[in-house]
Amino acid sequence: MFKAVVYVTLRESVLDPQGQAVKGALNTLGFDEVNNARIGKYMELELNSADRAQAEERVREMCEKLLANTVVEDYRFEIVEG
Amino acid sequence: MSQLTHKEPTAEQIADQKLYREIGLTDEEYQRVVNILGRQPNWTETGLYSVMWSEHCSYKNSKPVLRKFPTKGPRVLQGPGEGAGIVDIGDNQAVVFKIESHNHPSAIEPYQGAATGVGGIIRDVFSMGARPIALLNSLRFGELNSPRVKYLFEHVVAGIAGYGNCIGIPTVGGEVNFDPTYEGNPLVNAMCVGLIDHEKIQKGVASGIGNPVIYVGASTGRDGIHGATFASEELTEESEKKRPAVQVGDPFMEKLLLEACLELIDTGIVVGIQDMGAAGLTSSSSEMASKAGNGIEMNLDLVPQREAGMSAYEMMLSESQERMLVVVEKGKEAEAIAIFDKWGLASAVVGKVTDDSKLRLLHKGEVVAEVPVNSLADDAPVYHRPSAVPAYYEANANVDVLAAIQEPKDLNETLKSILAQPTVANKAWVYEQYDHIVRANTAVKPGSDAAVVMVRGTRKALAMTTDCNGRYVYLDPKVGGAIAVAESARNVVCSGAEPLAITDCLNFGSPEKPEVFWQFEKACEGMSEACVALDAPVIGGNVSFYNERSGDAIYPTPTVGMVGLITDVDHITTQDFKNEGDAIILLGETFAELGGSEYQKLATGSISGRPPQIDLNKEAAVQKLVLTAIRKGLVNSAHDLSEGGLGVALAESCFGKGIGAKVELSSELRSDVLLFSESQSRILLSASPEQAEAILALAGEHGVPAEKIGTIGGDRLVVNVNGTEAINASIQEVKAAWKDAIPCLIG
Amino acid sequence: MRVAVIVFPGSNADVDLYNAVEDVMGVPVDYVWHSATDLSGYDVILLPGGFSYGDYLRCGAVARFSPVMEQVVKAAEEGKLVMGICNGFQILTEVGLLPGALLRNRSLKFACKLSGLRVDNNNTPFTRDYAAGEEIQIPIAHGEGNYYCDEETLAKLRAGNQIVFRYSGENPNGSIDDIAGICNERGNVLGMMPHPERAVHKWMTSDDGRRMFTSILKTWREQNSVTTHA
Repeated sequence: MFKAVVYVTLRESVLDPQGQAVKGALNTLGFDEVNNARIGKYMELELNSADRAQAEERVREMCEKLLANTVVEDYRFEIVEG
Repeated sequence: MSQLTHKEPTAEQIADQKLYREIGLTDEEYQRVVNILGRQPNWTETGLYSVMWSEHCSYKNSKPVLRKFPTKGPRVLQGPGEGAGIVDIGDNQAVVFKIESHNHPSAIEPYQGAATGVGGIIRDVFSMGARPIALLNSLRFGELNSPRVKYLFEHVVAGIAGYGNCIGIPTVGGEVNFDPTYEGNPLVNAMCVGLIDHEKIQKGVASGIGNPVIYVGASTGRDGIHGATFASEELTEESEKKRPAVQVGDPFMEKLLLEACLELIDTGIVVGIQDMGAAGLTSSSSEMASKAGNGIEMNLDLVPQREAGMSAYEMMLSESQERMLVVVEKGKEAEAIAIFDKWGLASAVVGKVTDDSKLRLLHKGEVVAEVPVNSLADDAPVYHRPSAVPAYYEANANVDVLAAIQEPKDLNETLKSILAQPTVANKAWVYEQYDHIVRANTAVKPGSDAAVVMVRGTRKALAMTTDCNGRYVYLDPKVGGAIAVAESARNVVCSGAEPLAITDCLNFGSPEKPEVFWQFEKACEGMSEACVALDAPVIGGNVSFYNERSGDAIYPTPTVGMVGLITDVDHITTQDFKNEGDAIILLGETFAELGGSEYQKLATGSISGRPPQIDLNKEAAVQKLVLTAIRKGLVNSAHDLSEGGLGVALAESCFGKGIGAKVELSSELRSDVLLFSESQSRILLSASPEQAEAILALAGEHGVPAEKIGTIGGDRLVVNVNGTEAINASIQEVKAAWKDAIPCLIG
Repeated sequence: MRVAVIVFPGSNADVDLYNAVEDVMGVPVDYVWHSATDLSGYDVILLPGGFSYGDYLRCGAVARFSPVMEQVVKAAEEGKLVMGICNGFQILTEVGLLPGALLRNRSLKFACKLSGLRVDNNNTPFTRDYAAGEEIQIPIAHGEGNYYCDEETLAKLRAGNQIVFRYSGENPNGSIDDIAGICNERGNVLGMMPHPERAVHKWMTSDDGRRMFTSILKTWREQNSVTTHA
């Protein structure tokens, strides 16, 4: 069993109003060290893939096809033993 | 997977350690259960009684008072007792509606609390077989200046938007009020209105011995289990986190459930259908069986479950959202399940209708509960609570409201300040977050006296509103209760509709306090009288007690949801002044009535004295006059006078089209009193000069005081009192104060 | 002429579109379930607003894999008229019939109000009954209508006159270049966030949306008469 942990975030070039709102709120609360905040999605997928390589290939395909819209979003993922 | 196993107490332990108290049963109530069963109930059975005999399900504290409501009328097809009430609107169609509270969940988790409140009331309406066509919300918060109140306000609004927008039912109206009394206990009352053809009307009945009982919708989890009273030592695995009692709404699931249920009802195979709302599987199954005089047997192993290791107690008491219980004709299970499959919904035949009048539950091959169904649904004790006149009420009799308020020098500023009070101010910040036009039938959008939704394929439309002024009810519950009904009726009349019926959401403090119970009794008495006078019976609603924080009860707030029928769409009327040169007519009389008014609150920081009085005969007459005038095509705009009185009503009428008005008043009253008194039974009309003459004549016939007070025109609101200028302000400037108030406070 | 209104699980403005077609165009119209695999009987395909599949992952992300979408793509390739409104627009970008993507409104709030639009291209099958540059009032009702595309795509949209509607007053969602609606290069696929189907009667506050439906009808009649005479 493997588990894929997928992170999807807006691409750097795309304005992230949620992230900006969070940064603003943190600054207001006195966390002045926060220069930037980006908000994204976190997903956990339980996989019954045969091996890690296969899991990676399939998860990349899932990201490209459904989990991220690469017009506006970047993704990255980790495969861990589940 | 970690298994969670409860070590449930035995029947003896429940009795000996009085464990039933922890889940809300009193010693007497427990003894009553023992007498009914002829033995000690086990844990699951104790749970069944504790939820079914709660105030929410049994109305044990409120029943004797609620019985006094007028609930019948020639048009009423379904009164209180089902998911929602139903009123005939002709042409084989009927309107279905109900309002319900979700106050406490919203205080804890405002987004989900409000969202699931909306979800619950929608299910009540479509479980009757109706297509939901509109939502309204009556919201009350503390003053909009603390971060906590702002948080509650923003998230309640977002929760309503999140649910209503997704499921695709327009949120067309309602009200939002702010007062310190609601600081710790906000009110979130949601109302849903549906349309139905007569032959489609469903009931929650489990008829027909042997008929299958089908569970459909979201799977059952541990969310919302009543009490959440079992402390962690009762769990075998201490690591298991204590689950929050907050339910999470899934509007997409509910959209599928709505479409699937309506499709299923169209097939004609449904015998009975009911929402799993409060007390979930317990209330739906026992109420359906009880109404039919039958029993129900369910195998809980077949219930779709979201979590492993759930006990019978947990499944029966779960309040997971978006679930329905359906009884269909024997042999038609497959047909029903095929429809649910089409909509991608989990469903299962979980039991059958029996002839022994018992609710029998099987779990893992054992009978885990067996109790008479009617004892759950109908045999809850009924309490006649003592009531006592509160000291504040007596003291208020001697308050000189007027003397405490200095007449201001600049009434322009006073007008602007009242318009900028969040309760009076423009609510676009709220309703622009709601999709109020989905389904494309909304003819009058939020912001007018009542919202109007077209009945497609006919010349008819429905006007709807929610109203209550908790300050008036606090100062005089009977008068305030009557005013809540009268104002809601006045609002639908101003939209061109005749009042059909009301649904009520009775928000009060603890009924165990005699002063609160007195408020409850008196408010209901006032409401009943107004319902009779205005020919608008009560067809359903809900009671919400225990709205208190730190021992202080909220102002008694019996919210009234009203639906009116517009017989021809040409009668649809809005509050906006429309044409330069039109005459402005004021109907009704103005007295020095500032008790509980926005002006008193603004000027003195609190409310006291007696609220405005109401003469229900005069109220009925003015409403009849306005409806007659509208139907004769004489009226170009109509606006009810409420919070902020004549001054605010004049200003609001100018805002829509941005046209000004010149008004000449003569009165014995002080100018500020004349402008901001909240005397009842007053309506502001505009009409062409010829129409105005006809209205004045008509008013004479109806015995309604009426006066032409001015003319529409220009870009300023000018009001002279006894020849002296009281108000002279640009509409743009006044409108800005009104429009920007809430966005400014939210920041 | 026959019009299809595609219904996905979670569509909710399907009824709005259906009624608008019925009231303004007066032609046969059907609700077509998302599992349909044949749209050959339809001349115009409309994708309604709503929250397909709850829009939980991303607006339109799941709907675009519905079986019917292959047929929608095929119809577009055949030159049939395809129009997506609100969620329908989001689905059309997800499936690649239109470029770009729709992001959350800059305000982070759902916005339902009348919005001013300028018709920047009246030379499409959907907008021919408007005057060039005409300002119209059409309501919006969305939480994710902030149109985004990269500079290169934007340049192409501009060059190809594919920006059909721009917000003329306040931009309610922060969209790039005030874009409210675009079409494909061929001009037979249009997506827009505002709801013309909710502005087809005087009592709806605006009836400026009617002419989108009359434009579609006119286009089809012309094409149809060409085919018959050929």
